[in-house]
Amino acid sequence: MMALLKRDLAIATRSGGAAMLGVLFFLAVVAVIPFGIGPDLNLLARIGPAILWIGALLASLLGLDRLFQADREDGSLDLLLMQDWLALVATVFVKCLAHWLATGLPLVLAAPLLGLLMNMSALSTGAVMLTLLAGTPAISFIGAVGAAIAVALPRGGLLVSILILPLAIPVLIFGVSASYAAVTDPDPFWPPFMILSAIALFFAALGPVAAAAALKGASD
Amino acid sequence: MQATATKLKGRRGDSVLFEDVSFTLTRGEALVVTGPNGAGKSTLLRVLAGLLAADSGRFTLAGDDGAELPVAEFTHYLGHRNAMKRELRVSENLAFWQRFQAPESGRGLSIDAAIDAVELGGVAHLPFGYLSAGQQRRIALARLLVAHRPLWLLDEPTAALDKRSDQLFADLVRAHLAEGGMAIAATHQPLGLDAVRSLELSGRHRAASASAESWS
Repeated sequence: MMALLKRDLAIATRSGGAAMLGVLFFLAVVAVIPFGIGPDLNLLARIGPAILWIGALLASLLGLDRLFQADREDGSLDLLLMQDWLALVATVFVKCLAHWLATGLPLVLAAPLLGLLMNMSALSTGAVMLTLLAGTPAISFIGAVGAAIAVALPRGGLLVSILILPLAIPVLIFGVSASYAAVTDPDPFWPPFMILSAIALFFAALGPVAAAAALKGASD
Repeated sequence: MQATATKLKGRRGDSVLFEDVSFTLTRGEALVVTGPNGAGKSTLLRVLAGLLAADSGRFTLAGDDGAELPVAEFTHYLGHRNAMKRELRVSENLAFWQRFQAPESGRGLSIDAAIDAVELGGVAHLPFGYLSAGQQRRIALARLLVAHRPLWLLDEPTAALDKRSDQLFADLVRAHLAEGGMAIAATHQPLGLDAVRSLELSGRHRAASASAESWS
């Protein structure tokens, strides 16, 4: 399984890999907001966490459809599927983990830079980073299910996004509300953050199982 | 070790491709599946590999002591596609599959020995995508050597190979059989293997609901 993690990370970071694509898209989305909104610093600071979260969500969706499709096209998926059920679930889990390390973690690391663009305070930026750290893995695990369902479709990218968006909405809601709660005084930070973490753990357990079932069913 | 197929029936959509396919292979034996395009050779191999569910019948592997073994873990499947990443070096591709498909016994050639065995010494450091189609196919064959598994399922193994490599491939399969392995290959071309059994799929399809018909 370590071999699989290493291989997927190597592919993501080589030329044509998805790792930088997500971050660049994130940068592009967030960087144009101040130009569109205008130089109202208070407004920017207020909507900053939400914009960062929306940007991160969209950037995570980008490239999710390739999660299994790339393996299917070169035949690797057949060999990955030739395992017993538990090993297959573990394989999907590791692939999600590699996907998150390659595309989700860079978003978390890029967040402080974009926080500056949005005139966010250090505390606010820290809260967004922490919630992204807890929330983006959930998007990878949810996305694996969509990617597995659409694996046989030639242009499944948009379908994957539409399939998983409803499931990703709670992640967005609790991620943003926890980020706001960190800087708005009477609101408590921990309850929404705990729910966000619970959602992430829930999908980390359920996502690989569902995705493995979808892959088994889709094999032709 | 013994591989047994009992009355396998497979179909694509509504048409039954094959029915009543039964055979037994023991150590050192090979089976060549022939038949016209669309006769169901690939479907049969995918059913044997467990990638497709058979309509009825079953395929089992039994160890020397008679205990049933999980087919997927004792079988190498080489499909139409090579299961290699274009971005990664040849050696990285092979090292990955070696670690991923490592058998319990830990047997198998080293990466370099496997590349030498397919006569491509010196390409280990190249990205897989740089190789020609025939070279890529030979590296895909090398994957079967780096992790030892007793049963090889080969779907058009010699596609894109030149005459010389055809011979090389036949030698590799012969060596595998001599070590007590088994092989089932679907191919149009004569593989240059002697003493192999053959199974011909007729390619006459029928609707799944039509009356039964003999396929032997």
